[in-house]
Amino acid sequence: MNRRTVLALAAGTALLLAGCTGTGGTSKGAEAPASDDPSKVSGTIKVLTQRTDLVQDGTMKKYAAEFNKTYPKVKVEFEALTDYEADVKIRMNTKDYGDVLLIPAVIKKNDYPKFFASLGTQAERSKKYRFTDFTTVDGKVYGQSPIGVSPGFVYNKKVWREAGVSKWPTTPAEFLSDLKAIKSKTDATPYYTNFAAQWPLTSWTYVNGSPSCDTQATTKLAEGDPWAMGSDLRVGDTLLYDIVHQGLAEKDPATTNWELSKPQLAKGKIATQWLGTWAIIQFQDAARKAGVSPDDIGFMPFPAQAGGRFCAVVSPDYSQAVNINSQHKEAARAWIDWFTDKSGYDKDNLAISPLKSAPLPSVLKPYEDQGVKFIEVSDAKGAQVKEIDDQSEVGIYKPDYRQDLVDLARGARKGSLDDFLAGLGKKWTEAQKTVGS
Amino acid sequence: MTDTTHQAAVRAAAGPPSAVPVPAPAPRRTRVWRGLTPWLFLIAPLALLVTFTYAPIANMVAYSFTDWDGVSPELHYTGAHNYAELLTRPELFEVFWVSGYYLAASAVQIAAALYFATILSFNVRFRNFFKGLLFFPYLINGVAIAFVFLYFFQDGGTLDSVLSLLGLHSDHAWLGTPVSANVSLAGVSVWRYTGLNFVLFLGAIQSIPGDLYEAAELDGANRWQQFRHIIAPGIRPVLALTVILSISGSLSAFEIPYIMTGGATGTETFVIQTVKLAFQFNKTGLASAAAVVLLLIILAVTWLQRRLVPDSVDKGVDLV
Repeated sequence: MNRRTVLALAAGTALLLAGCTGTGGTSKGAEAPASDDPSKVSGTIKVLTQRTDLVQDGTMKKYAAEFNKTYPKVKVEFEALTDYEADVKIRMNTKDYGDVLLIPAVIKKNDYPKFFASLGTQAERSKKYRFTDFTTVDGKVYGQSPIGVSPGFVYNKKVWREAGVSKWPTTPAEFLSDLKAIKSKTDATPYYTNFAAQWPLTSWTYVNGSPSCDTQATTKLAEGDPWAMGSDLRVGDTLLYDIVHQGLAEKDPATTNWELSKPQLAKGKIATQWLGTWAIIQFQDAARKAGVSPDDIGFMPFPAQAGGRFCAVVSPDYSQAVNINSQHKEAARAWIDWFTDKSGYDKDNLAISPLKSAPLPSVLKPYEDQGVKFIEVSDAKGAQVKEIDDQSEVGIYKPDYRQDLVDLARGARKGSLDDFLAGLGKKWTEAQKTVGS
Repeated sequence: MTDTTHQAAVRAAAGPPSAVPVPAPAPRRTRVWRGLTPWLFLIAPLALLVTFTYAPIANMVAYSFTDWDGVSPELHYTGAHNYAELLTRPELFEVFWVSGYYLAASAVQIAAALYFATILSFNVRFRNFFKGLLFFPYLINGVAIAFVFLYFFQDGGTLDSVLSLLGLHSDHAWLGTPVSANVSLAGVSVWRYTGLNFVLFLGAIQSIPGDLYEAAELDGANRWQQFRHIIAPGIRPVLALTVILSISGSLSAFEIPYIMTGGATGTETFVIQTVKLAFQFNKTGLASAAAVVLLLIILAVTWLQRRLVPDSVDKGVDLV
């Protein structure tokens, strides 16, 4: 055998090996039935979670112990993944992705039936649960989020009071003048972008639905230009641009630090951040650790009103689902049902309950007092929006374009806001044409 | 197999066997075993090499001809579509301008490494201490370096404090503008890799026989002349290797900019862009094609460089 033959053989073997790797099974359409008799459900299930903190401090074990009081024969194991999305994405190519997992954003909605067992029909589940249409394919539901979240501004009440602002701003212009008041009357940084951590910028996309108070906001993204004049994303992005452009954000965005920003907001060094209800508990904890009052952490909706009322969009967090390859689907289903209905996970996190019948959490009391309207945006076209987003490489669920926006606003990038948003709109609408409905 | 027949033919053409006694050929079994033995020893490393190097590469090349999104069980063969898309989107190649910063930085890096290697190859006080000092940044892992320098460049961070000690109160956001950010990041990469180049150069310089210097000194050559006429020609192959490594490193810079800025503020390199295509926009097929194209570009640059600056073959030293 001369050298060339060996090389050819090696290459051939490698190609053969390559052919063998990759796609796993394509079973489809399994059910994860709910059991009527908790004492009969048995098996060991593995639950994947992104909450490394809760696994490490033993909180998840406490939930499992509580769960075992109802389901004594089920053994629950947890596996916490620090970089959840990336790790699970790779494991989805095999059959080994736990028994219960959080549906990663990368999975296309139409592929849900290939990866997850169904929890029941939407007609039936939507009577009891919120957010069913986020995981429904062909009338069947494949996941359930244990909490609901609503985006908004986390702010330091004391700082805002010191600046002489007593009521929530109702327009972006008013919001900007309030931030200016904070800048001139207090020592606080009026707004903190958390540019370096990236994902806090992504959350500006969840403005969508608030200014227009439109439950079809996502459908509009799929069908039109998201940055057309007066559209929700344009209103949100323009506000972010103005905040940075008028010097109301931190001085050096490139070296921001998310963990540090929490105690800084609690202590009043930072006045405001755009995040969501899920963040309130973290900022209250930070306040306690910093030795200041957690009651100073406030939460307000996007500064826009429709028909004289603020509008808050309630959307699901990660949804829990049953692995279609699981050997213990009943046990897995039991965990999801129990975790959603009875665990108290939502209350522990001061979050909105996924049960339609449950009352709002106490942190949203000011929302009730102000008569804020809660809406759920329809996710019927959610899959298509994601597809356009990927195809166009705009990335409304990714941090990049807003980092560019912030760079543009602070002059580190040349161009005007109008041109920038028009460019995004062009890429978006071009991708719309190529993505099949 | 062709080799054996060829040799047999040559032997036949050589005419009748000469008078020298030829040892009787070993029995067939022994011959087979003898031929097989090296391969048996090679099985383990070859298996590892194929599994962990060639199979993934073959896999990547295969993906580059599909529309795979990185997770779906279904993927479709799309022919050269991904390559066509890459070549018709010039904006994807604009990021190579960023590599210019790293290329300029590697010139600085090689010069610095060469300077220190030459100085430390002569008898200098605390020689080993300085050697360690220069080499140690290379031993730290890249992620740690990126985090350390994130604090270093922070507003009011280490760099600002050091500058204010010297009386310079700068209010400059080091990672704030594209030029400043890229220069800062390239500076970090110089800090990190100078040690490696330095050690390579030092090794090459020390392999030059000492009597050459002695002879040169007797002839009245000064340090610069010694460098110019003894050291420089002596380390040429290592220098060529370093240049090739630097160029391919500049084209594929990733770790430090990815962790420190994530490619924001005009610091996106080609590899960061590829990673984003694959893991943000789920275009694994297109990203694989981009990776293949980067490989081809690096190969082409290396080839070009070898053409322009050929190695002196007569010395028999050929590292690249």
